[in-house]
Amino acid sequence: MELQALIYIFVGISFSIYIAIAVWARAGSTKEFYVAGGGVPPVANGMATAADWMSAASFISLAGIIAFKGSDGGAYLMGWTGGYVLLAMLLAPYLRKFGKFTVPDFVGDRYYSDVARTIAVVCVIFISFTYVAGQMRGVGIVFSRFLQVDVNTGVMLGMGIVFIYSVLGGMKGITYTQVAQYVVMIFAFTVPAIFLSLQVTDTFLPQVGMFGQTAFEFSNGVQTIEKGTFLLHALDQSVNDLGFNNYTEPGSVFNMFMLTIVLMAGTAGLPHVIVRFFTVPTVKDARISAGWALVFIAIMYTTIASVAAFSRVNLIANVQNVDYKQFVNGELKKADGTTNDGNWFKTWEQGGLLAWNDRNGDGKIQYANGAAFAGKPAFDGTKTAEDGHRLTTNGAGAPTEAELKANNGIANEIYVDRDIMVLANPEIANLPNWVIALMAAGGLAAALSTAAGLLLVISASISHDLFGQVIFKDKATGKSTLTEKSELRLARGAAVVAILVAGYLGINPPGFVAQVVAFAFGLAAASFFPVIILGVFDKRMNKEGAIAGMSVGLTFTFVYIVYFVFMGGAKEDYLFGIAPTGIGTIGMIIHFVVAYFVSRATPPPPQEIQDLVESIRIPSGAGDAVDH
Amino acid sequence: MTEEKAQAYWKENIRTILSLLVVWFIVSLGAGVLFINQLNAIEISGVKLGFWFAQQGSIYAFVVLIFVYVYKMGKIDEKYGVSE
Repeated sequence: MELQALIYIFVGISFSIYIAIAVWARAGSTKEFYVAGGGVPPVANGMATAADWMSAASFISLAGIIAFKGSDGGAYLMGWTGGYVLLAMLLAPYLRKFGKFTVPDFVGDRYYSDVARTIAVVCVIFISFTYVAGQMRGVGIVFSRFLQVDVNTGVMLGMGIVFIYSVLGGMKGITYTQVAQYVVMIFAFTVPAIFLSLQVTDTFLPQVGMFGQTAFEFSNGVQTIEKGTFLLHALDQSVNDLGFNNYTEPGSVFNMFMLTIVLMAGTAGLPHVIVRFFTVPTVKDARISAGWALVFIAIMYTTIASVAAFSRVNLIANVQNVDYKQFVNGELKKADGTTNDGNWFKTWEQGGLLAWNDRNGDGKIQYANGAAFAGKPAFDGTKTAEDGHRLTTNGAGAPTEAELKANNGIANEIYVDRDIMVLANPEIANLPNWVIALMAAGGLAAALSTAAGLLLVISASISHDLFGQVIFKDKATGKSTLTEKSELRLARGAAVVAILVAGYLGINPPGFVAQVVAFAFGLAAASFFPVIILGVFDKRMNKEGAIAGMSVGLTFTFVYIVYFVFMGGAKEDYLFGIAPTGIGTIGMIIHFVVAYFVSRATPPPPQEIQDLVESIRIPSGAGDAVDH
Repeated sequence: MTEEKAQAYWKENIRTILSLLVVWFIVSLGAGVLFINQLNAIEISGVKLGFWFAQQGSIYAFVVLIFVYVYKMGKIDEKYGVSE
C-alpha cells in the first residue's frame, strides 16, 4: 500500500481513539479537572506518567543525541530514569499524603506564605512553557514530514487536537488518553527497533543486540569491519578511525557527572511529573505508581540506547564513500547484495535537515569528524548541482592537511541533524512502509501527550494557584472566594490561553529551543526539588529559609545559564569548568545550604505547620485530594 | 499513633531510603559515570561493563530499587499499623 495512505490510516485511527476517550472521560468538577478525582489505578497512572514524561524529545531526538555523543549520552538515559527513584522515595508519597492539587499548593501551605506560593507559580509557568514550546515544534515537524503539510499547519492541527482533550477532559481526559498514547508510542518505537536489531545483529531484542555481533561486513572508509565483530567494537573502531571520540568513553567525566545529577533532580522536581502522583487513591499507590511509570519508561529508554548504536553503524555503513547520484537513485548494492537505497538522503535534504558538500569533488559522500559547513548549512534557494544535490552558500572549502591527517585521510562532507536519526532510521534500513507509518503515529502520540500534560499544569497554576489562592483569597478565612464552577470555567479559559501561547511559540520558536530545555531542568533542580525535600524531611525549615533558598538557587542558575548560553559568555570563564547544562547541580547545593542557615537564624515554623509535617510523614488517612 | 511510635516509624523510613539511595548512587553515578573508564576495562563477550551500566544496567537497577522500596515500606507500614 502507498506510504502516504498508510500514514493517514494509522494517524487517523489513533487520533479517533484519543478523542473518543476524551469525550468519554469528560471532567465535571475541578477535582476531576486537576487530579482526575484522585481515583486513577496505579498501573494506568504509571502508564500515563510515562506517556506524559516521554516527549517528542525522547521519541525523536534522544536516540540521535546518543548516537552522536556515545557514552556522554548516558547522562540523559540515567538522569531521566534515575530521577524517578528520587521521586518515588523522597517526594511522591508525602505529596500524595499532603493531598492538594498542585505543587505551588504544597509550597504555599507548607511555608505558610503567599510569597513562596507566587514564586512557585512563576517557576511552574516558566518551566512548563519552555518545555511546551519544544513539544509544539515537534508536533509541527512530524506533521510536516509525514502528512506533507507546512510546519505551521502542522502546529495548528496539533493545537486543535490538544484543545479537544485537555480543555474538555482535564486531567481525567488526559490520563486515559495518555494510556492509549503510551501503547501507540511504545509499539511504534519498539517494532522498528526490533527490525533494526535483527538486521544489524541477528538478535531479536534490541537491548541484547546492542552488545551482539554485526550481521554484515561493512567498510567505514578506513578499513573493512568483518562480519561477526562485536557491535560496540565495530563502533569504537569506526568512530576512532574517523577522528571522533570513542563511542564507549565519555568526553568529560566531571561534566557528565554534573549533568546526570541535574537531570535526575530536575526530573524529580518537574511540576508536570509531580502532579501525577496526586491522582492515585493512596500513598501506597503513589509509590507503586512511580515504579510502574519507570517500568514503562525503562522499556523505551533501554531501546533508545540500542537504536542509537544501530543507527550510527548504519549511517557509517550506508553513506561512507558512496556515489551520490547512484545512491539517491537506488542503484547501489551493499556487500550482501541488497539495495542500498539513498532515497531517504534526498528526502531529508529537501527538508533541509541533511546536506552534502562535495569538498574534494569526487562525487562521493564522505563522513568523518569535522564541520562540512560553517554552522548549519545555508541552502542557496532551491538551486541544485548537476548530480541533483542541493547547493549551499556556507560550505567549508577543500579538505585541509591537518583535517585529513586527523581523520585518516577523510574530510567530512555532510551535515546530519540529530533529530532525523529516529525518523529516518526505518527508511535507512529499508523497512516496510507500515513501519514508517507507525513511526508517524508514535511521534505524534509522544509530542501530544506531553504537550497536553504541560498545558494542564499551566492552566491549573493560573486558575487554582494564582486566581484561587492568591488573587481571590478571602483574607479572613484563607479560602478562595471563587465557586467551584467559576474556577472550573477559569481553568478551561486558562487552558485555551496556554494552548494559544504554546502554538505561537511553536510557530515562532525562540531560536534556541534545544538550549531552553537545559533551563527547565536546571531551574526545577534548583527550585522545586530542594524546597519540597526540605519541606518534608526538615521539620525546622521555615518560610524565611525556603524563600531565601528558592530565590538564591534560582537566581544563580538563571543568571549562569543566561550569561553563558544567550549572552555569549566564553567557555574559559565557566565556574570550575562546569557547562551551563550542568549548573543546576550547583544551584541546588546553594539552595540547600542557604535555606539551612537562614532557617536556623530565624524563628521555627508555627506549631500547626510542624504538625502538618508530622502528618505528611505518616501514610495512613490520605483520603481524597481535598479542595480548599 | 503515639509520638514515639511516629518517630520510630520515621527513623525506619529514613534508614530504608538511605540504604536504597546508596545503591542508586553506586549503579548510576558511580559505575556509569565516575568509574566508567575503569569498568570499561572489564569486558565480558563484547559487553564493556562501565558502558553497560551507563546505558542499560543502571536503568534496570532503578526499576528493581523502586519495587524493593515499595515492598519494604509495605512491611514497615504494616508493622506500625499505618497501611491502608
